[in-house]
Amino acid sequence: MSKSGALPEAGSRAGRSLFPVLLPPLLLAVVVILALSAGKYDVSLSDMARVVWSRLTGTPSGLDATIETVVWNVRLPRVLAGLLVGASLAAAGCVYQGLFRNPLVSPDILGVSAGASLGAVGGIFLSLPVLAIQGMAFAGGLAAVALVYAIGSMVRGRDPVLVLVLAGVAVGALVGACISLLKVLADPYNQLPAITFWLLGSLASITRADAASILPAMLLGLVPMVLLRWRMNLMTLDEEEARALGIETGRLRLILVSAATLMTAAAVSVSGIIGWVGLVMPHIARSLVGPDFGRLLPASLMLGGGYMVGVDALARTIAGIEVPLGILTAVIGAPFFLWLLVSGRRGWQ
Amino acid sequence: MAVMMSAQDLAFGYGGKAIGQGVNISVNSGEVMCLMGPNGCGKTTLFRTLLGLLPPLGGRLEMLGRPVQAYTRAEFARHVAYVPQAGSSYFPFTVLNVVMMARASRIGTFATPSAHDRTLSFAALDRLGLAHLAERSFNEISGGERQMTLIARALVQEAELIVMDEPTASLDFGNQARVLDCINELRGSGLSIVLSTHDPGHAFACADRAVLMKQGHVVADGLPNEAVTPESLHGLYGVEVAVEFMQGAGRSICAPALGRFRQE
Repeated sequence: MSKSGALPEAGSRAGRSLFPVLLPPLLLAVVVILALSAGKYDVSLSDMARVVWSRLTGTPSGLDATIETVVWNVRLPRVLAGLLVGASLAAAGCVYQGLFRNPLVSPDILGVSAGASLGAVGGIFLSLPVLAIQGMAFAGGLAAVALVYAIGSMVRGRDPVLVLVLAGVAVGALVGACISLLKVLADPYNQLPAITFWLLGSLASITRADAASILPAMLLGLVPMVLLRWRMNLMTLDEEEARALGIETGRLRLILVSAATLMTAAAVSVSGIIGWVGLVMPHIARSLVGPDFGRLLPASLMLGGGYMVGVDALARTIAGIEVPLGILTAVIGAPFFLWLLVSGRRGWQ
Repeated sequence: MAVMMSAQDLAFGYGGKAIGQGVNISVNSGEVMCLMGPNGCGKTTLFRTLLGLLPPLGGRLEMLGRPVQAYTRAEFARHVAYVPQAGSSYFPFTVLNVVMMARASRIGTFATPSAHDRTLSFAALDRLGLAHLAERSFNEISGGERQMTLIARALVQEAELIVMDEPTASLDFGNQARVLDCINELRGSGLSIVLSTHDPGHAFACADRAVLMKQGHVVADGLPNEAVTPESLHGLYGVEVAVEFMQGAGRSICAPALGRFRQE
């Protein structure tokens, strides 16, 4: 029918502008280096490089032992934990936004974070070991998202986006009440401070073991996302359209929601509640690299990780005391969300 | 003609509640079938049942001699493609990426489209005159272009039967003509097409067969000339309709005779 045009090269679009694709890794590298050197105890870039080099190669660095401790034992675990937590939340947000066909949903809005916190607070209340707390956080998160989703699918004939958000708010409030009850019942000297600090979200007391403990869960959640990255695009279509294209949507949705919930729960279980990352980072990633999940996922992982490391560095440097992370991410994220709402620029068009 | 899909005494509906019953229709290979009926007559529900998205409530529904429900989604998608009414997508995929989604049933679960899939997708866009839109966002192009893109996607699915749900709905006059032209272009290429429409004249424009549905029952099924008559349309819609051959268009058209509504 038409005069034949030439097939565009696979990478032609990226070739025209490599910048959006290269921006996330560049930002990530800069933030990680700054976060390792910044803090109460200033470490020069060259000293930092020498510490890392000496640890990796096993040769003595010839530096003050304090510098080695600060970089290797204090800051590095925090930076790694920040990376993993931020990347997990952003990846989970990416998947939720796609599956719910709504760029304004996130782990917090769907009640996953709240459900996971209830699980984790319950775990702290029962003085369970870390692994069991993570398990309870996962179960709580999955239960919350299942509940919100079930409510959303029961209500027909209304704006599904609104129904999901409202259901998430209601489930979140219910879960919040349960958490408050546990706080009242908790031992005010041992458990309550731990619960309160945990609910504010912080990486301050993170250890290398904590950072390592979320790695398996994170990878376990990431594997299906990476493998199903192309099918994930089809999951953003209407249910019937996707099924008519040959997708077993029910099975895929279960796998992907579980994966995203696992990553959220793993992050929440070590860092406490850190909101807004899972909403804002996928947005920024989408505006940089487009909606194709194969490119969106890595960009979200890097932006989320870098953002969390950067905010954590701020949290420990801007004031005399540690500012809980959840406070900072909300101060940055909530205005961004409102801006999206008010400007009507829904960020994905 | 070989039978692609056949329904015998089919009952269909939601959640156990039948909307239509006793439906006997068959789609022959290479045939364009136009389905029409008033709002709420069960066209959409019937389509969803034909597509295997709703289980039949009774009777038999077979695709190439095998029950539709016995196919996996991927197997079925290799035989039957669906063209929904074109809305905007939730995320701004490029037109080429939207078309490539049709390859889902032909590549592995963990695979991404190959260069071959890309070439096929681009060729389908080119065939429908949309090649220049390949890298545009699906949400930025016009409604007519979106509808054509979804038809291109159905072609890339390489199915023998394409089911189109009111492909001309919510399109302007010119775009309706373009979509009908496109269906005519595909007619005679061996593809079977089932489409629903609100304009009975479309049966003359692009179909080999017309099926009229009322309250979940098939009330007429035959050649457009035989099935679409003033009498049958009056029975269907409850209004007086003129069905006349129009010299300039080269086919019959249907128009309601206004001001002469018969009360029923």
